[in-house]
Amino acid sequence: MDLSVIIDNLPDFADGLWVTIKLTAISVTLGLMLAIPIAFARINTFTKPIAYGFIFFFRGTPLLVQFFLVYYGAGQFVEFFKDIGLWRGFFREAWFCGLFTLTLNTAAYTAEIIRGAITAVPRGEVEAARACGMSGLKLYRRIVLPKAARLALPAYGNEVIFLMQATSLASLITIMDLTGIARKLVAKSFAVYEVYIFVGIVYLILTYTIIFVLKRIETKLNAHQVRPANTADDTFMR
Amino acid sequence: MFDFFDLYGYGPSLLRGLWMTIAVASAAMVVAIAMGLLGAAAKLSDSRTARTLAGAYTTIVRGIPEIVLLLLVYWGTQQLIQDLGSAITGRDVRVDFSPFRAGVMTLGVIYGAFATEVFRGALAAISRGQIEAARAAGMSPLKTFFRIQMPQMWRFALPGLGNVWLVLTKGTALVSLIHLSELMRQTNIAVGATKKPFTFYAVAAGCYLCITIVSMIAIHFLERRANRGIRAGVG
Repeated sequence: MDLSVIIDNLPDFADGLWVTIKLTAISVTLGLMLAIPIAFARINTFTKPIAYGFIFFFRGTPLLVQFFLVYYGAGQFVEFFKDIGLWRGFFREAWFCGLFTLTLNTAAYTAEIIRGAITAVPRGEVEAARACGMSGLKLYRRIVLPKAARLALPAYGNEVIFLMQATSLASLITIMDLTGIARKLVAKSFAVYEVYIFVGIVYLILTYTIIFVLKRIETKLNAHQVRPANTADDTFMR
Repeated sequence: MFDFFDLYGYGPSLLRGLWMTIAVASAAMVVAIAMGLLGAAAKLSDSRTARTLAGAYTTIVRGIPEIVLLLLVYWGTQQLIQDLGSAITGRDVRVDFSPFRAGVMTLGVIYGAFATEVFRGALAAISRGQIEAARAAGMSPLKTFFRIQMPQMWRFALPGLGNVWLVLTKGTALVSLIHLSELMRQTNIAVGATKKPFTFYAVAAGCYLCITIVSMIAIHFLERRANRGIRAGVG
């Protein structure tokens, strides 16, 4: 065990950690914003096939393939992207391709979670709201969405954790996140297990920090219930 | 016969890669099920040590990205054995892992952690009274497990296991990192030679989608068979 490799390169690791956090935060935010319309499209009879196709593609193929398809695949259409002005600063940059892929990927998984939650809102509550004279947007804003948010939170929490871990694959398209830094250092120093164990511990801390925060939010959202609903579904798996 | 799948001459090598992907995934699934059964048995056992060990296993494995675990196990273990070997014997020790075995073991251990949770839930779904009855009838805990709990557990475990299998097949794409010639690696080679990245990665994506679709159909039939004796309750 030679820990000097870790200590000497702590600033590099900090940079990598920051990239990991940025990748996660941006793609989670954009992905959620995209997921809501997709979830509604998935419920609507006419747009259902398109939305389902999108979701099925992103859930049915490895994220690694999706990264390569976007980042390297874009190279096959350089002229086209240049013509529409999306080459420089966009599809040529690993950072943009990484964010783009992660956002679409998490949007697909999240849309399916949201759809499940919306359809799981008890019929009686919707009927009661309608009887009170609510309809359309008001019904969704006041009754369906708040209830769906509570129902979706445990599964959505798993999705956030998984996305955070999945950002490690971005290192394979040259993004210098935590894993990218680790791979670079291992290639230079051959301190294989020191570096990977250290990075593994950092990921563990990140994972369990997110779980802790999510549990707090969950308790808060369910504060009106005497005994918080037992939603401890912590198998976080995609 | 495979003229339509020629792909600049790389079709056959892609098909071989696809076959390798299925082989790795199947072998890893066997390891994952074994690890899952062991883990679940440990988590539900009376021994505190076993419970702690199993808890540590699932906590650590599920908290770290697969790619880090794969690189750690494949390169790290080799390096560790070499370092230890050199320190003990005083000579230069070199070991090389077979990528296939290392990939199968790593994937099996990773997804075994998820299978552990699946089996734990499934075992918990069997009513306590049955276990008490079995014990009262004179069966040992081991016999109870194999005669009473195992046969009934599969029905509850199948949906979760199906999920593990779907995630695992996609996880095999990572094994290309340790130079195992599965689908992803063969695709990378083809891309390097033909400079047609989009075409080939799209084909690879299509292959993975096919695996997913076939698996989903198979899981559906397995579930229907597992539930054949069960009458639907409400709805």
